[in-house]
Amino acid sequence: MDSLLQFLFSGLTVGAVYALVALGFTIIYNASDVVNFAQGEFVMLGGMITVFAHEAGIPLPLAALLAVVLTAAIGVALNKLAIEPARGAPVVSIIIITIGASIFIRGASQLIFDKQLHRLPSFSGDAPIRIGGATILPQSLWVIGGALIVFVALWLFFTRTLTGKAVLATANNRLAAQLVGINTRAIMTLSFALSAAIGALAGVLATPITLVSYDVGVALALKGFAAAMLGGMGNPKGALVGGLLLGLFEALTAGYLSSQYKEAVAFIVILAVLFAMPQGLFGAKSTERV
Amino acid sequence: MKTTMTLTGLTLALLASTAHAELRLGASLSATGPAAFLGDPEAKTLEMLVEELNANGGINGEDVVLTLYDDGGDPNKARTFATRLIEDDGVVAIIGGSTTGTTMAIADLADGEGIPFISLAGAVSIIDPVREFVFKTPHTDRMACEKIFTDMQAQGTTVIGMISGTDGFGASMQAQCKDVAGDYDITIAADETYGPGDADMTPQLTNIANTDGIQAVLNPGFGQGPAVVTRNYAQLGIDLPLYQSHGVASNGFIELAGADAAEGVRLPGTALLIADILPDDDPQKEVATTYKAAFEEQAGQPVSTFGGYAHDAFALMVDAMTRAGSDDPQDIRDALEATSGLIGTTGTYTFSETDHLGLDLSAFRMLEIVDGGWSAID
Repeated sequence: MDSLLQFLFSGLTVGAVYALVALGFTIIYNASDVVNFAQGEFVMLGGMITVFAHEAGIPLPLAALLAVVLTAAIGVALNKLAIEPARGAPVVSIIIITIGASIFIRGASQLIFDKQLHRLPSFSGDAPIRIGGATILPQSLWVIGGALIVFVALWLFFTRTLTGKAVLATANNRLAAQLVGINTRAIMTLSFALSAAIGALAGVLATPITLVSYDVGVALALKGFAAAMLGGMGNPKGALVGGLLLGLFEALTAGYLSSQYKEAVAFIVILAVLFAMPQGLFGAKSTERV
Repeated sequence: MKTTMTLTGLTLALLASTAHAELRLGASLSATGPAAFLGDPEAKTLEMLVEELNANGGINGEDVVLTLYDDGGDPNKARTFATRLIEDDGVVAIIGGSTTGTTMAIADLADGEGIPFISLAGAVSIIDPVREFVFKTPHTDRMACEKIFTDMQAQGTTVIGMISGTDGFGASMQAQCKDVAGDYDITIAADETYGPGDADMTPQLTNIANTDGIQAVLNPGFGQGPAVVTRNYAQLGIDLPLYQSHGVASNGFIELAGADAAEGVRLPGTALLIADILPDDDPQKEVATTYKAAFEEQAGQPVSTFGGYAHDAFALMVDAMTRAGSDDPQDIRDALEATSGLIGTTGTYTFSETDHLGLDLSAFRMLEIVDGGWSAID
């Protein structure tokens, strides 16, 4: 059994999950400078809704679509009911609101769904693919593929579309954006819908590997947040690279040092990187205009 | 007129106090919160059994009144509720403490106030050293290690690898297994861990598989970790026996891991889990099937080992109260300690002055997962 290759496959599998969660953070952050701590709950909702819809007899692709749409709607509701009324409040206050929302969604899911662990069937079976003495599950390829597609889509969105640029403009200066005719409220709503949809997609893809229960969101959001910070908050490329790197650090530490220290080592590396590059690997240098 | 009414009232009150004397039983369980998967079936079991008992005439003609609190897995709340049970509700006995943490909070109080207390938590430290008023129903993780090692020894296994969860359950059992491994001439050549929320354990398993001389792998853990380990084990195609702990002895585990990946996994479980396939002459057959049928009908969810712990605690308490024939906590405690050969879903209990758990290794059945279901090895 080839150890290094197996560690790399493990790192890529876990890293792709982190990257998908990290990508969800970028849009809301880009639109409002707010780190949405309910992002992990969107991931959980994606998984849970798909599981329950699938158990109720809806075919898997349709159940997944339903989960993405419903979660996007919950994202919009979160924006309309909790974030918009607090418009004008400092960013820190809004971040705290998202923490509250995360607790609320978790509690509600516990009641609406249940407290058990659930799993979705793998999309393309469970037969491992053997490459050079190591193995990877087909579902891992789905997650890695999903992360790549979302990354490319986001990158095109922010650089090639007017709406994407309007999102960046809203974050940069809300008043100026309004002056040039951007509907900043609609942009905020859109950013929450998209972030929630990406989170839900992450949940759908990752659930066959990670399993899902009402309380998985916190741990996922923490890892996704760390990945996004490592790569540079708000940059899709940073989210992708940061997620994959974090997964690889963990797998290699578990493989070569000790599994006891894998999370500690991963976070020490992140701290070291942020110490040298406070904006993360790909973060934009922020210049405050006076 | 007024006198008649007062008289009638008095008579009624007198009648009530004689015919409807009641035994007050207290419980503090973690029906919600992180330990809800323990406390939820336990609470449902107690409520169901009390109702059933009273419908059948109670204990020596007295109804049992259950006061049940939900401590949410928080030891501080458990202590508050235990105080309330003893001082305000005037209970004569307490069942509870779904977790070791909440149990310890209640145990100090119950032992100090002289109220018999049966815990539903795992740790060996609850009954070792023995405290006068503290008993427990679940077997310990040390016993699970011993049961697993006995089976390994029978297979001629001497060198094993361990991969344990870092949560409380996994860490405690890891320590206990390492402690008793020597007694069974078993060497732990690889000792890996994983976080409770981890999604991939292939690096740890690769290292275990690449360690020289490993003959079997043991995974003490709880929740999603063991399911992921089992799936990764199949993914890597490791051709060694995989042992799981009693922490995952439920049908949910087979579903989460997938029947293919779980094929051949061995673990120690209780008779309750295989109630349907127990031979008819098994002493636990009747208790296990009766409780399983009643619980599944009442709660609409599959029976779990944890609900079984509550069932056994209640059966022990009822048995002791019946024999004590009084509602004095001291008498109930003495009767409890004299329990001999009481058959529960977890095992057959015989308490003594030095043993407040009262189970031996025969309480565990070594099970193997075959064709997506359970089968008994011994």
